[in-house]
Amino acid sequence: MAYLALDTSTEHLSLALSHKGSVIAHDWHVGQRHAEQTLPRLEALLAEAGVARADLQGIAFGMGPGSFTGLRIGCGIAQGLGFGLNVPVIGVSTLEALAQGSGADKVFACLDARMQQVYVARYLRGNDGWQEVGEALVCNPDAVPVPEDAGWTGVGSGFSAYGDVLATRLGQHLAASEPARFPLARDVLALALPRFAAGLGRPADEATLVYLRDKVALKTHERAAK
Amino acid sequence: MLVLGIESSCDETGIALYDTDTGLLAHRLHSQIAMHTEYGGVVPELASRDHIRRVLPLTETCLAEAGKAIADVDAIAYTEGPGLAGALLVGASVANALGFALQKPVVGVHHLEGHLLSPLLAEPAPQFPFIALLVSGGHTQLMAVRGIGQYELLGETVDDAAGEAFDKSAKLLGLSYPGGPQVSKLADTGDATRFKLPRPMLHSGDLDFSFSGLKTAVLNLVKKEQQEDGTLDDATRADVCAAFQEAIVDVLTRKCLAALKQTGMKRLVIAGGVGANRQLRAGLDDAAKRRRFEVFYPPLALCTDNGAMIAFAGAMRLKYAAADYQFGVKPRWDLASLPAA
Repeated sequence: MAYLALDTSTEHLSLALSHKGSVIAHDWHVGQRHAEQTLPRLEALLAEAGVARADLQGIAFGMGPGSFTGLRIGCGIAQGLGFGLNVPVIGVSTLEALAQGSGADKVFACLDARMQQVYVARYLRGNDGWQEVGEALVCNPDAVPVPEDAGWTGVGSGFSAYGDVLATRLGQHLAASEPARFPLARDVLALALPRFAAGLGRPADEATLVYLRDKVALKTHERAAK
Repeated sequence: MLVLGIESSCDETGIALYDTDTGLLAHRLHSQIAMHTEYGGVVPELASRDHIRRVLPLTETCLAEAGKAIADVDAIAYTEGPGLAGALLVGASVANALGFALQKPVVGVHHLEGHLLSPLLAEPAPQFPFIALLVSGGHTQLMAVRGIGQYELLGETVDDAAGEAFDKSAKLLGLSYPGGPQVSKLADTGDATRFKLPRPMLHSGDLDFSFSGLKTAVLNLVKKEQQEDGTLDDATRADVCAAFQEAIVDVLTRKCLAALKQTGMKRLVIAGGVGANRQLRAGLDDAAKRRRFEVFYPPLALCTDNGAMIAFAGAMRLKYAAADYQFGVKPRWDLASLPAA
């Protein structure tokens, strides 16, 4: 019984494998070279763990938000693996993976969304995992939702790209920050394992992505109105 | 050998299963045209987002139709280029992960080689060597084809592709994107003799094409003939379409004849979306009778982008299939650079 997780939503490639109660995880800075590196590195990881492809019982992947192209490579690979091996697939929020990876209980997860925007979501650690406060969204850094209470830990690349703007916006509500943390496969795996156990894995053809930025082009009549 | 083909280079997701012994078992296509129409053209990001939703469901439909399981597949072919990088990556990712999971080899296919070889899926299939006219929204090329991977470019468009000229002229005529097929339809009801449009580069002495001047001529004609409200009356619009289509067909036909004459070949193959054009087929069939050459077309359903041509071209290139799953895509890729199979 082994489970695999992958995340390709940033310039990192992150893989994690759980097998016989232990987890092996690796991360590499690959820039935009996920396509050429993911499957060969997965092959090496399986060999390192002594796990055959047929031992895999489920595939988890970072389902966004993040780099559109990176996300689709990860989702496409998860689909291909899940369908080819006939095992269920689970997509996990990259923002929730940030929360999972931090040591904090109150997490203000924030990823650089490019185009002067950020992806944000807030999570509270509960008895049954993370509880999302409000909704994940994409917005300008100076317009992120401000929590009502204090003690939040800011996590993710949004805090390195827009640290000053976010510090001003969030003020005393922010207790600490981990700007260097990125979504890791080991955290995707940690969030997915109980879901696989609960039978929440889905057929590979249902594996989908969350982009948050859904307006990517103007329709003809919208361009005309400009 | 059972080959799964995956095409996702632009705005159509195509999946097919081709058996090297028994032929094409199943093919399925999802066109995104309706989605992109609201935007007046293909939006690459939206194209990619749609491909990732379609590849597996279409694959399942093909498998069910062929009575096969995914584990029966012996090799996977996918479009490696040319095309939209993000869209190509979707097919490439799923194809390579499937190969990895099944421990089966994967082969990247040149999209235009797929088109070029698609007439071989028809009965009767042409023998090598032949002249190929590859004519679509993205390409207008004449090639001498001496075998698989033995392609010599004889001439190509120096500006717009023929299909692009159809779509751009459609826009000038107030027809919605992609208007090419509508131009053809209206042309059938119009009088091609009322207006005379130029035949660019017909006497250039080479096998190159140019269609942007024809588009400008359509623009000037529309300006001259428009009514007070800036539109054309229906009869005039149909007549412009007829004149336009006749000009394009005339140029394509005569350049094909010149290519046959130059090379001494006796077989002509038409591939690509514009190859579905009825008047083009009629004109070529007529010329073939008079000039004693044979002309071959892909099955109508395989004129557009499709997975069948990718599965077939992949099957012809199985010796290049690899199992290292270290993939990439080639948004720009010269067809003449392919090795012989």
